[in-house]
Amino acid sequence: MRVVIAEDLFLLRDGLTRMLQAHGLEITAAVDNGADLLAAVAKDQPDVAIVDVRLPPTFTDEGIRAALTARREAPGLPVLVLSQYVEQLYARELLASGTGGIGYLLKDRVFDSAQFVDAVRRVAAGGTAMDPEVIARLLARNTGNASVAALSRREHEVLALMAEGRSNVAIAQRMVITERAVAKHTASIFLKLDLQPSDDDNRRVLAVLAYLEG
Amino acid sequence: MSAGQTPDNPDGRDTQDASIPWAALWDWLGGRLAVVGRGLLLFWLALAGFVLLVALAAALVLPPALVVKALGDSYLSDSYRRNLALVVASLGIVAWLVVAPLVLLGMRSLARLTRRLAGRWCAVPIADPYLPRPGADGGKAGLRRWLKWLLTDQATWRDLLWATVDGCVGWFLAVLPAVLLVLGVLAVIAPYASLQVRVLAIAGGAFGLWAAPGLMRGYGFFARSMLAPTRQAELALRVRHLDQTRTEALHTGAAEIRRIERDLHDGAQARLVAMGMTLDAAGQIIDTNPDAARALLWEARDASVKALAELRALVRGIHPPVLADRGLADAIAALALDTPQRIHLASDLYGRPPAWVESAAYFAVSELLANVSKHAEARETWIDIRHTDGMLRIGVTDNGHGGADPARGSGLRGIERRLAPFDGVLAISSPLGGPTAVTMEIPCELSSPKTSSC
Repeated sequence: MRVVIAEDLFLLRDGLTRMLQAHGLEITAAVDNGADLLAAVAKDQPDVAIVDVRLPPTFTDEGIRAALTARREAPGLPVLVLSQYVEQLYARELLASGTGGIGYLLKDRVFDSAQFVDAVRRVAAGGTAMDPEVIARLLARNTGNASVAALSRREHEVLALMAEGRSNVAIAQRMVITERAVAKHTASIFLKLDLQPSDDDNRRVLAVLAYLEG
Repeated sequence: MSAGQTPDNPDGRDTQDASIPWAALWDWLGGRLAVVGRGLLLFWLALAGFVLLVALAAALVLPPALVVKALGDSYLSDSYRRNLALVVASLGIVAWLVVAPLVLLGMRSLARLTRRLAGRWCAVPIADPYLPRPGADGGKAGLRRWLKWLLTDQATWRDLLWATVDGCVGWFLAVLPAVLLVLGVLAVIAPYASLQVRVLAIAGGAFGLWAAPGLMRGYGFFARSMLAPTRQAELALRVRHLDQTRTEALHTGAAEIRRIERDLHDGAQARLVAMGMTLDAAGQIIDTNPDAARALLWEARDASVKALAELRALVRGIHPPVLADRGLADAIAALALDTPQRIHLASDLYGRPPAWVESAAYFAVSELLANVSKHAEARETWIDIRHTDGMLRIGVTDNGHGGADPARGSGLRGIERRLAPFDGVLAISSPLGGPTAVTMEIPCELSSPKTSSC
């Protein structure tokens, strides 16, 4: 799998490159600003781009804007955005296009390299990877919501993992239950939240987010 | 559509057009009569000021005059005269020290009332020019300080001047419409009067009605010329305000820095120390007991995640990243997303306020939203952000049960303190039963909108 990295801090850029290489991913370019990212994406046509939110020259939300531009110029390009902090606002902007292949993770998540590489692969395959903190805050905000309150504790857990972008298999492994049990939970969640069931990972996240937005 | 209907459908229209619009006329007359009545009230105020002025003059002049008179009275014995003079002089001192200041205070109340009324009735708002009362800042206020406060304030003497001029001349302006009107009415009902006089008086009465608002406004300007703070007093008040808000801002800043230091010390710093120790322990046993070493390394990793989470929370409290990245409107939008209630946000900002204003406004809104979730039991909140006439205005309205009182809640006081250094103000309307509407205003200019590179 071919990866482009845009990260302005040398240590992090270098660390990310080594880690992904150690997991057998090919790093076609590792740049330190948005303009170079766009050039690298155009030249190398990678399977996924990993982008830091804060990049020169403004060190504000350059990364988000560069990611959105890259996706406009190369439609369907999977992008994984990394940040020191997560905002639902940015999560929504990234998801707004409604197409898959979007990740939005705290930089802390690279500490667990296995999970991080899993997230990279998921995004590259067109899925989604939302940071658990975004999901936790979404859910915390909607505790007063009658429909969410109707979910059982187990269903709550499943919903949170589902919103992160995990497949039923991954959820089953994580919760140490069978896949059939997960399927039962998801069906029940869709029923309680009045959502049309779908097998597509990405559409599940969008459905969850769309519901929580309303 | 209506134009096509007129020829076929004239019912009611013609008669209405031809008749005199009585309702509008009555409204106009009522409004004008109210203005005339207000002028009369202002006239009585001027009269009361004049009475106070006379009382003051009497309290000041009578005692020495009486002493002189008592001493010069040749019908009385010398000792009796001396005793009488002593008694009169001591009464005079009481008059000077007690009656005169009280009259001055009375005059001050009248002047205050005139200022309020000028603002409400003449549409000429006038600011109070007085120095703050001693003891208002919590210090001890003795009689001497109190007298000094009253007598050294320039505004006291300007009030006196106002009472004199208003009592002699100014009242004329206030009472003129009423006098003209009364003369006009008298001319109509008087049995003996020549036609010229009647016509003249009626014209005068009509003029009085017509000119009443203008005359009232003139009276307002006249009052402002004498009752408004002088440039010097304005500057003195401003310096005092700046001094106070600067001190508060410095205290708040220092307290904030102490809090950050403490948070770092107890949070991230402590975790990093623990991490270092864990890593050291792992290093020591890595050859002898690799499994235990691996467990320690995982532990160190978890500690680093927790340290990062604490740093994130701390940074959010100092200056939220999304505020730095996107500015006020988006930062409040992000805040709204993290708030349990349903929030409707309307923002009309073209450009960004200065960073310090953004920060103060952001934390003020954050505090208000926290208040709403804690106390108001509101289901919905409306936030409105706009910038007009060099003023950033933010309204936060909720449909909770109301009854918010800035005097009781330290939160609202805190917001006021936060806004004060920027001359920002906070207004609250929160009747019991709701809704609660809080409006903040901060004077500032917007920088031109950031040009997006993408």
